[in-house]
Amino acid sequence: MYGNRTRHSSQDVAVVGAGMTKFVRRAQETPKELAWEAAHLALKSCELTLDDVDAVVIGTAPDAFDGVHMKGEYLSDGSGAWGKPVMRGYVGGGTGVFSAIQGWYHVASGLFDTVLVVCEEKMSSCQPHPQAAFLTIFDHTTERPLEPNLLWIFALEMNAYMNRYGLSKRDIATVSVKNKKNAADHPAALLGDPDITVDDVLDSPVLAWPVQRLDVSPITDGAVALVMSTSHVARRVTDKPVWVEGVGWNLDTAYWTNRDLSYPVYVEEAARMAYDMAGITEPRKQIHIAEPYDPFDYKELHHLEGLMLFDKGEAPRAAADGVTQRDGDLPVCPSGGLLGVGNPIAAAGLMKVAEIFWQLRGEAGARQVPGNPKRGLAQAWGDLMQVGTVVVMGV
Amino acid sequence: MILKRRVAIVGAGWCGFRSISPDLSYKELMYDAAVQAYEDAGIDPRRDVSSFVSVGEDYHDGVSILDEYIPDQLGALHRPVHTIAGEGIHGLAAAVMQILTGQFDIVVVEGHSKASNILTLPYIQAFAFDPVFNRPLNAHPHFVAGLEMLRYMAETGTTHEECAAVVAKNRNGALLNPTAGFGASVTIDDILTSEPVAEPLTRLECADHSDGAVVFVLASGETARALTDKPIWVRGVGWANDTFRLESRPWGDARYARAAGEMAFRTAGIKSPRQEIDFAEVDDTFAYKELQHLEALGVCPAGVAGEWTLAGGTQRGGDFPVNPSGGALGEGHLLDATGLARVLEVVLQLRGEAGERQIDDAEVGLAFGWRGVPTTSGAAAVLSN
Repeated sequence: MYGNRTRHSSQDVAVVGAGMTKFVRRAQETPKELAWEAAHLALKSCELTLDDVDAVVIGTAPDAFDGVHMKGEYLSDGSGAWGKPVMRGYVGGGTGVFSAIQGWYHVASGLFDTVLVVCEEKMSSCQPHPQAAFLTIFDHTTERPLEPNLLWIFALEMNAYMNRYGLSKRDIATVSVKNKKNAADHPAALLGDPDITVDDVLDSPVLAWPVQRLDVSPITDGAVALVMSTSHVARRVTDKPVWVEGVGWNLDTAYWTNRDLSYPVYVEEAARMAYDMAGITEPRKQIHIAEPYDPFDYKELHHLEGLMLFDKGEAPRAAADGVTQRDGDLPVCPSGGLLGVGNPIAAAGLMKVAEIFWQLRGEAGARQVPGNPKRGLAQAWGDLMQVGTVVVMGV
Repeated sequence: MILKRRVAIVGAGWCGFRSISPDLSYKELMYDAAVQAYEDAGIDPRRDVSSFVSVGEDYHDGVSILDEYIPDQLGALHRPVHTIAGEGIHGLAAAVMQILTGQFDIVVVEGHSKASNILTLPYIQAFAFDPVFNRPLNAHPHFVAGLEMLRYMAETGTTHEECAAVVAKNRNGALLNPTAGFGASVTIDDILTSEPVAEPLTRLECADHSDGAVVFVLASGETARALTDKPIWVRGVGWANDTFRLESRPWGDARYARAAGEMAFRTAGIKSPRQEIDFAEVDDTFAYKELQHLEALGVCPAGVAGEWTLAGGTQRGGDFPVNPSGGALGEGHLLDATGLARVLEVVLQLRGEAGERQIDDAEVGLAFGWRGVPTTSGAAAVLSN
């Protein structure tokens, strides 16, 4: 039913509005207020009110950041869900893009015409450092006694990737430079830097070799919201609906120590599901712009390969050749990504979906990629290097 | 939109339902329930299932982002899997929506409880209070229930004896349910004289916690007919929240249940729930909640559920059986899986597989779940055979 389309059926789903808070290191607002602000901006962007919203989807992960049990319930009224059906789903770091998928199935089910999707994360309230909350994502019997943290396991993954393809740190640091430069044009960004160089990244403090400080996205507070609707509402609300053409998500085993970390097979499977639904047979030709998940610089490359946008081990060369620059053949993370805009986990993923929405509508301002892109992709990743979530959108 | 015979439950499995389970981890509970459900549906999860939905909250399992630990024991590796941080029936609704998109044929729903692993459950529940406005009060979560019970009784004229009648019905009823761990011969007097936990709420009016897991296999209409002679149709689903704020909610009236029920009845095409539904499994985390929920769901008018219960109208043999399984009071509260336990009983009754507690001529059943203190979050499902 998906694929090459000339008309939109009743179960087609469009994104019609988007809004986000500024991404900051330490927000003065409560989590609920952040959710409210993003929801308010998204509704305002398409001139709708809460009366037009039939259901709300909340994305936020883990509860340990905000320090609230049943965080979705706590966020519900701030997210506009008072008196409405509201559901919170999560898949770790993949939650942001997954929330858009959840919004999609709410509308595509035929049960709701207009759904508000709100993703919020306030990491700064976790003291002394949110990295400590990540200790609780590890297996309590086999892994927690080792007191691991995310930097260590991603250092293992980065090593595996570099080793497999003979990559240097310099090959990978170009991603961080590109994204932080791109973010300098984003009004909501936390770490935009127009003057950053590869040497800055290579000279930054080592956190867990080969991961250095500027290879990593920052701790961030923020919220993002989308308005998604059926085609008949979309046509009434906007001249420029952005259609959800395909969605995919996929989870691998929790036993990550048994896996080949150099290739994210679960991202490939999620991408295949989304491409099938979208009728995409040649992603490299048919995807014009991509926002893969980039909490670490190597992850952007890793994910571009998992998404089958480049051959295995070939993404670093394409990045070095400028293919992934904003004016390249395949602009990647023109928003500035998590490395530049910031990484309030679930909100960061939904920010990527919002960026594709703005880019495809030609509303990305100074970040606008040239050439009127017609189809874009947002992807997120998370859990124990385990989940891929993919949304393909087009105009 | 009416969901007429488009989605059905074709397999059910469950495990545990006891106050402790030292021999099984939560993963093993899930595995046992899943294997039963797959066998019941006659499917191979590695081949046949398009998507998996798990229901859970991080703090209940003591892990952050619980979805990490879901796929292995469900046979769900390299498949679409996600978690719903909600009531079990929210998870069921998520699966129903996925099937309704037309993109998924068979979807599995899982919920579990390993409550016995939680040493400080009241403290965890209290961690759900608004961190700025309510947590500084340092209140035990039962105080919210006690206050709400008082308000409900004052507004509707329901008596304490009528609330206690719910416990007597459910725990005595649970004696007929081999799965239920809290069946007991208790009288209304026993309940009223048990120790108060937050006046007027007494110890025996609060459901104790159980360990367990429930897994369902759902399928689209044609597939359901091909898989089983006894599909249980999901006729309608509904869910809703009232405000999360303690300060601005109506304490006597479960508006979330009314809204969730209205949506479920609308999607089921049901105009008069009392006439068109034969029995219900309704959240009874606290005794008064069963009465409050029945009234909000429109099964009976406000203020009537108590005397109706006392007169035996909601007994298994009454004119509208409520919680023939024994409910959470009789089976134990299964944390996020409690609503799935309500659905499970509806499925067994509709299949005619409820053994000694079978209701005659059960054709349409209602399940309703509530997320507990301090939430105003509820979800409902209408099922038929």
